[in-house]
Amino acid sequence: MSLFKSNSSQTELAVDVPQAKPADSSMKTFLKRLKKDKWLYLLLIPGLLYFIVFKYAPMWGLIIAFQDYSPFKGVLGSEWVGFDHFKNFFQNPDFFRLLRNTFILAVLDLVFFFPAPIILALLLNELRINLYKRTVQTLIYVPHFMSWVIIASITYIFFTTSGGVANEIVAHFYGKEINFLSSPDWFRPLIMGQIIWKETGWGTVIFLAALATVDQEQYEAAIVDGAGRFRRLWHVTLPAVRSTIIVLLILRLGNFLDTGFQQIFLMTNSLNRDVADVFDTYVYFVGITQGAFSYSTAVGLFKSVVGIILVLGANKLAKKMGQEGIF
Amino acid sequence: MGMPKMHNTPGGRIFDVVNFVVLGVIGILMIIPFLYVIAGSFATEAELTSRSFFIFPETFTLEAYEYIFSTDRFIRSILVSIGVTVVGTIVCLFFTFSMAYPLSRRNLAGRNLFMNMVVFSMMFSGGMIPTYIVVKSLGLLDSYWALILPIAINPFNLIIVKTFFQNIPIELEESAKVDGCTELGIFWRIMLPLSKPVIATFALFYAVAIWNDFFSALLYISDSSKWPVQVLLQQIILLSQSTIGDTAATGAEYVTPPDQSLKLAVVVIATLPILIIYPFLQKHFAKGMLLGSVKG
Repeated sequence: MSLFKSNSSQTELAVDVPQAKPADSSMKTFLKRLKKDKWLYLLLIPGLLYFIVFKYAPMWGLIIAFQDYSPFKGVLGSEWVGFDHFKNFFQNPDFFRLLRNTFILAVLDLVFFFPAPIILALLLNELRINLYKRTVQTLIYVPHFMSWVIIASITYIFFTTSGGVANEIVAHFYGKEINFLSSPDWFRPLIMGQIIWKETGWGTVIFLAALATVDQEQYEAAIVDGAGRFRRLWHVTLPAVRSTIIVLLILRLGNFLDTGFQQIFLMTNSLNRDVADVFDTYVYFVGITQGAFSYSTAVGLFKSVVGIILVLGANKLAKKMGQEGIF
Repeated sequence: MGMPKMHNTPGGRIFDVVNFVVLGVIGILMIIPFLYVIAGSFATEAELTSRSFFIFPETFTLEAYEYIFSTDRFIRSILVSIGVTVVGTIVCLFFTFSMAYPLSRRNLAGRNLFMNMVVFSMMFSGGMIPTYIVVKSLGLLDSYWALILPIAINPFNLIIVKTFFQNIPIELEESAKVDGCTELGIFWRIMLPLSKPVIATFALFYAVAIWNDFFSALLYISDSSKWPVQVLLQQIILLSQSTIGDTAATGAEYVTPPDQSLKLAVVVIATLPILIIYPFLQKHFAKGMLLGSVKG
């Protein structure tokens, strides 16, 4: 019946009809509407096909997580094994390693990256020369539009021990070079550095938009009340972005397990695997390169289920806190 | 928007100066890696080894680019990237706009079901392996379509475009209907011409996304002759496959590639299209963001 949700008048009509053949009559209305809007449905077909083939067919394909999938037998013909792959995964020491790596990266992201665009936007907002402000904005948005391959390549070029700029500077002050790229100790700082470089500037866009809505009279009133620069920032500017911060924080919590696949994959090598592996890259290495389709699908399904619980939970939290929520 | 004219305390003035300098430095730091890469790609190997950092090369040379354009492999992958980006952008726009329009019609039966379908796919997905199996069973492995079709609709973009169509005044549509226009005619002759700036915005967004996409090629393309630039870049720099050039197939006269500047030049080639359209991107993305903030 959800088909008729969007059309209340028709639903009411269906209810008013004598009890005899309600199904028949709603079917008729449906066919009538289908005919009337045939061109609209025709337009809808390519998009619907896209969602069915590339979004919903893979969801159905998730059942291979409960099978011993063999490409020759197909999704329907493969042998059922129940929760065996999940049991194996949870008993595998890899599970805790992945959980730890993902968790640490997510917390680092929240502590070091999340506040960066807010601070940068507040500083930009204090600039008084508009042309200068626009120039700075133009510069800081650039890295966002670059691919992760380019970001990772430039990182390699700068941090390599064979003539990388960063390492030459390090060698000058520290006496010897540091193998940033393959040292497990430097993996996380590099990942954080990359994210901050690539996304901080772009992250300011949404805060600057919120700041632009602040009524200038509020600043004037604050000045009349004798508020200094810092007090104006605290009492006028910050409250204007508070709800944006909360919404983004909640979104971030909802995507807590989402570490960027491309970024981490590109920065992973045999020497830093121990700290680099997260759920997504593990699924790739075990599934695509080693061919353990069912096992890796189980790992992916575990991540997706936890993910949707986090998203819905975060949304609920948002509504509880008086925010509009995302859905 | 600038601050209104107001008296400034000495402390405030110091803050202004510090803020001015700090933001300038941040802005330069953000793009200086790109400047070095561009400068280095035009420098000689000797200069790259002797000088650790520079923005202008002492001796200007096109050696690296000459090498790149003498090898089939680079040229082929650049052409693959350009072709996939152009065709892919058109396909993405077609799928996105043709679906967004019916979804924007409030009295379309089943609209809520379709919308829920879209929103749910944003929260939950089959994931990498099941999607790979679908692409494989469609026979798309090692096909350029595998770089386009699985990412043909970005649900966020779809919802923004839907909201845009929803906000077009209904009177336009009604008068067209009176004139005997079908829904298809309204879409084609009224809605699409009205949405030219929106089409431009999303053409840019999709083009950038496809040009930058590395994930699809990594998963679906194993034939190295079909690799887009992003994969070639990864192979050369991250996996240090410096012998990737096919020695220009000249047999006897083997040219040693200018190793370091070659790497930088490939980065420049992968970056260049983005830098070229950057002014347009900057002009349009604010519009896209603004449209996105309208909740539909």
